[in-house]
Amino acid sequence: MREKILTYIERNSRVDLKDLAILLGTDEVTIANEIAEMEKEGIICGYHTLIDWDKTGSEKVTALIEVKVTPQRGLGFDKIAERIYNYPEVDCVYLISGGFDFMVTIEGKTMRDVAQFVSDKLSPQESVLSTATHFILKKYKDHGTVMVHQPKDERMLITP
Amino acid sequence: MRNPLSDTIVNVKPSGIRKFFDLVSEMKDAISLGVGEPDFDTPWHIRDEGIYSLEKGRTFYTSNAGLKELKEEIAAYLKRRIHVEYDPLKEILVTVGGSEGIDIAMRAMLNPGEEVLIPQPSYVSYEPCAVLAGGKPVIIELKEENEFRLTAEELLAAITEKTKLLVLPFPNNPTGAIMEKEDLEKIAEVIIEKDIFVLSDEIYSELSYKGEHISIISLPGMQERTILINGFSKAYAMTGWRLGYACGPKEIIEQMFKIHQFAIMCAPTTSQYAAVEALKNGDEDVAKMREAYDQRRRYLMHAFKEMGLQCFEPYGAFYVFPCIKEFGMSSEEFANRFLSEEKVAVVPGTAFGDCGEGFLRISYAYSLENLKAALERLKRFVERLREEQTH
Repeated sequence: MREKILTYIERNSRVDLKDLAILLGTDEVTIANEIAEMEKEGIICGYHTLIDWDKTGSEKVTALIEVKVTPQRGLGFDKIAERIYNYPEVDCVYLISGGFDFMVTIEGKTMRDVAQFVSDKLSPQESVLSTATHFILKKYKDHGTVMVHQPKDERMLITP
Repeated sequence: MRNPLSDTIVNVKPSGIRKFFDLVSEMKDAISLGVGEPDFDTPWHIRDEGIYSLEKGRTFYTSNAGLKELKEEIAAYLKRRIHVEYDPLKEILVTVGGSEGIDIAMRAMLNPGEEVLIPQPSYVSYEPCAVLAGGKPVIIELKEENEFRLTAEELLAAITEKTKLLVLPFPNNPTGAIMEKEDLEKIAEVIIEKDIFVLSDEIYSELSYKGEHISIISLPGMQERTILINGFSKAYAMTGWRLGYACGPKEIIEQMFKIHQFAIMCAPTTSQYAAVEALKNGDEDVAKMREAYDQRRRYLMHAFKEMGLQCFEPYGAFYVFPCIKEFGMSSEEFANRFLSEEKVAVVPGTAFGDCGEGFLRISYAYSLENLKAALERLKRFVERLREEQTH
């Protein structure tokens, strides 16, 4: 049941619990309890809204930053990650396999904002060896949702 | 001038859905619950394989019976899903949709005047195909109290000296009915005893919501007297690709092959390459779609219960078949009024046989938002009709 609930609300966290109970063939209380439990256990970590900021008037830039670091003795990567993720402007921090160590995404109002963050806050850190900043030019798909066009039902209205 | 037409085809009634389709298409802003095809797009990896085959220039005929690789995948799939074995070389024929399979199976098997048992309500093509093949359709009217399953008694009562073939359309369009193992065992006994053949149309086999789909072919003694019809349209959301297949004893497939060879040549090449990918790597897509349909099915059943609309719980395909007899009007009247007053299109049960009178086919191959909007209008309509009745 948990997996079914999660699969559903991962795509639509605003679903009415009563509806979700019907869809999954159970009752509302079970659903509400499971969700509350999973929130407590930290399985459900938050509820967010997927926004295409490009369609609004506000200016925003998003950057992906590759970060190479030297892990600290006894602490590995976790301590360095913490020093990075504590900045509120940082959106995601992932430990990555391959050519670099962290993938950091950051949102800023302007490119200058982002550049300033990298040069003033990220690069000077002791363990950081190098960074490479990539600015996102266009979002085609985010969180499984295609943002560039709306799906349209092109079927005939009645078929046998 | 002489009459240019064949009496046989002139006497075949056009599909009942046509009339309704014309009505609906005039109404621009109608919500439809009337389609018989999935709302999902064909999964991308399958489409991609079709595109790739075009890029590689695979634009020629395939061998008449279909790509060898595809037939082998079909055999592997059937073994995996319904636990029966077919020889890909002699017992499998790739067709243009399940529809072609139905047509050529009847043409390969029927002699003039031989009777074909067709349980109704059911898909619109069995009866005309039987007629065009020179056979005589004999309708078995399925009953709501049996959840529209075919019983051994009904079957036995319909069999005569001339009976050759039984069409077995489960999971069923339009009722959503399925046949479980016990149901099949009972009718298999009659089929073997009376020495008739079966055309088992299992196009909705992947959309079964009460345990695994059971094919009659998996019962002892049935494979040798059954033609299986299946395809990619419903399971993989591939209706427009027009691809299906027929499997059966090699003597029958061999004759079907001849008709296919002369009338069709081969099924579309692009679709065949895409279908190989569907069978190889599509199980997960099918499971996801099945889960989505099942959720909507439960949602509809719940909504009907809330508005007090009688409906047996269907466990297959993507249709529900509610009963509207309480309103004292015909299915067609109901559908017409519902369309003109609430702008929702549903298909009258009578489009699938006379015994569909008093029922509607409602498809849940729609998003939940769409279903919700339509159900709200249905509720309003039903309440209005009940009010009219009390005055």
